Amino acid sequence: MSHQARDLAASRAHAPHTSMFVRMLLRAAVLRRGRAASALFAMVVAAAVATAMLNLYVDVQAKLQREFRNYGANIIVVGKNGASLPAEALARVDSVLAGRGVAASFGLIVARTSDGQPIVVAGTDFERVKQLNRWWSVSLWPSTSENPHFSQNQGEVGHPSLVGVRALPLVSPKGQDFDLAFQGKMLRVSPSGTVQTGAAEDSRIYLSLSDFVSWTGVQPFTIQVAASGSPSEITGVMNQLAQALPSADVRPVRQIMEGEARVLGKTRATLLAAAALIILTAALCVLSTLMGWVFDRRRDFAIMKALGASERLLNGFFAAEAAALGATGAVIGFLFGIGIAAWIGRVNFQATVVPRFSVLPVVLVGSVVVTLLSAILPISLLRRVQPAVILRGE
Amino acid sequence: MFIRLVYESFRRQKRRKVLAGAAIALGVTVATAMIAVATDIGDKINRELRTIGANLVVTPQEDTLDVEIGGVNWKPPTDGAFLSEAELPKIKGIFWHNNITGFAPMLPVTVSLENGGTKQDVTLVGTYFAKELSYGNEKFVTGVRNTHPWWKVEGAWPDDNSGDILIGERLASRLGEKAGNTLTLSGRQLHVDGVLSTGGAEDDQIVAPLGLAQEILGRPGVVRRVYVSALTKPEDAFGRRDPKSMSGAVYDRWYCTPYPQAIALQLTEAMSHSHAEQIRQVSQNEGAVLTRIEGLIFLITLAALFASALAVSAAMATAIFERRAEVGLMKALGAGKFAVASVFFAEAALLALLGGVIGFGVGSLLAHQIGQSIFNSQISISPVLFPVILAIAVIVTFAGSAMAIRRAVAMDPVFALRGEL
Repeated sequence: MSHQARDLAASRAHAPHTSMFVRMLLRAAVLRRGRAASALFAMVVAAAVATAMLNLYVDVQAKLQREFRNYGANIIVVGKNGASLPAEALARVDSVLAGRGVAASFGLIVARTSDGQPIVVAGTDFERVKQLNRWWSVSLWPSTSENPHFSQNQGEVGHPSLVGVRALPLVSPKGQDFDLAFQGKMLRVSPSGTVQTGAAEDSRIYLSLSDFVSWTGVQPFTIQVAASGSPSEITGVMNQLAQALPSADVRPVRQIMEGEARVLGKTRATLLAAAALIILTAALCVLSTLMGWVFDRRRDFAIMKALGASERLLNGFFAAEAAALGATGAVIGFLFGIGIAAWIGRVNFQATVVPRFSVLPVVLVGSVVVTLLSAILPISLLRRVQPAVILRGE
Repeated sequence: MFIRLVYESFRRQKRRKVLAGAAIALGVTVATAMIAVATDIGDKINRELRTIGANLVVTPQEDTLDVEIGGVNWKPPTDGAFLSEAELPKIKGIFWHNNITGFAPMLPVTVSLENGGTKQDVTLVGTYFAKELSYGNEKFVTGVRNTHPWWKVEGAWPDDNSGDILIGERLASRLGEKAGNTLTLSGRQLHVDGVLSTGGAEDDQIVAPLGLAQEILGRPGVVRRVYVSALTKPEDAFGRRDPKSMSGAVYDRWYCTPYPQAIALQLTEAMSHSHAEQIRQVSQNEGAVLTRIEGLIFLITLAALFASALAVSAAMATAIFERRAEVGLMKALGAGKFAVASVFFAEAALLALLGGVIGFGVGSLLAHQIGQSIFNSQISISPVLFPVILAIAVIVTFAGSAMAIRRAVAMDPVFALRGEL
């Protein structure tokens, strides 16, 4: 026996029992690299797919809710019994929203054109409407900033406005400036652009809110609010709005809210069904690969048993091996899965899917359970067989 | 000999073949179900999106401007042009009539409401609730219950041929009225069947059958506008082009695509002196939501196909790896690489076909089940899918076995037979 070998034997004699256990685990992985790698690969893929699906399932609601905000307002604030809202109402709405949505106030009156036709004129903040009602097809938004002293030039240059496509031929067939009258006060308006929506907006004229108020003296009496978030968050916003504005009625736009809830619910249910199918397939794939792997190692099993390993030790060994494989696969797979979810988010929603670390424990536990299951099944089959039979290759 | 080898392999190793076949069947099941759901999801979500309301509106061509604020009409009700109620069933006669899920005519009139000695003007809207109409031999039911599904009624919906009405929720609470009471409107005693809640302008109005509104207005057979709910294709660059600038064949293609604009044009043609237009709030956003959901399901279907391909190849690899002793024996007896490989490939093809047929059947059932439980409707599976799925099953099984078969034929028979690999 060489010097080195004696040293090795000595170190092994003194080594605690556990190091043998760990060595067996490591050697099993190193010696049968190919099989171990394919089992780990299956595990990683399964964990990655499961992570991506769960991540998307959690995130898709937020992503689609954002899409639904393009439908415009889901809450409407109006003065009680047709009264105007207080002047600072919009500021209060903004402070309640705190960036979680867009709001725009509207004032509406019926004015007369120069030939006495009644027409609805609205005042609003164009910048906000642009954000709130993205479906408006506008030829050119009036610029509100280019001439801050507009109201002093009254009568000389028209006030910029958006004219509905149905109103345009009536008030300004050639795109020229025109006059509007309201309670004896005249206003010269110049059509900066047209708006087309297919609804009531087409027969209205939109002025900037400052022009509207200084001309009519009427304060806006409607605020349209597009609040983002889940149904419970939106209900919360509505309650806060009602508290902040006791003189106003806060109403949900049921049409939008209910449609949104339905579509989201169905999409999530479809996604859940797909996720269940895919995760089941992936789990079965892991199960079959791992069972093959463990079954292949029936010789190791038989030798250990022949050398006098107890039933408990054997079970523990294979269970530990499976759990280690499951945990490693789950962690690597989790990282890949987040990558996949982020990619899908970028490709489909043009937005990042936030990694949900709350998914990790679920994936981890699931992976370990599947691997344990796929180790225990073949072991319990092998336990009944005499080691000699296995070693003889029968 | 070749056939016998394959046959005996199936006869003797029933358990293993069943396992491998089951893995393939499972993979094909998932693939079939997901592909079927993915191809149909657009139509299903489109129908769900119709709950947001009509996406097209038909108005008289010579209409004067709407002068309406908060549901109150500021112009004389007899002003302006009307559409003819008799022409409404023609909507079901247009090219895309199968895509029309419903329509509801509207006729607002101003009535004076007498309540405890005081009089006030309120708007009464005449419409269809669930009216039975027929176009040719086709009978269908349409009205607000179908185009405006968010309208909720406490009490009962009035019959379309009756003179009963619904009262808006806010108007009802202002007047202290409830279902079952009688209202006096412009000198008529009308029975309130229910209280209507919509979250919109109708909450301050009265909604009545169309016939009653026409009678009050004194203009039988007229409607002011028609809301149409149609399944449309998301608008793209081609859909936005001006049809007037198109040449014959291009125009035909545009006309025969269910773009909102194309359906609007067909509605305009169907009703005389009318102008149909898309309601941009609904139709524009619909396209965006639809594209997103379709894209998402498409990507997930790819993931499902990938996962099932992996499951199949894992099962095949295991099955072949377990048979290395057999390979060793065949090689020891003088079989060439090609002969060994062809036996395995033949077996793989057989398994793939069997598993594919079973998987397609189960997958179709699964898709059907998903359609029933989530969307309450059938998910149609086109027969074209069957050969496609079978081809995919065979290709994936081959690809999954290829690695394992290559390793098996490259094996040294001596080691294989001694069981040292």
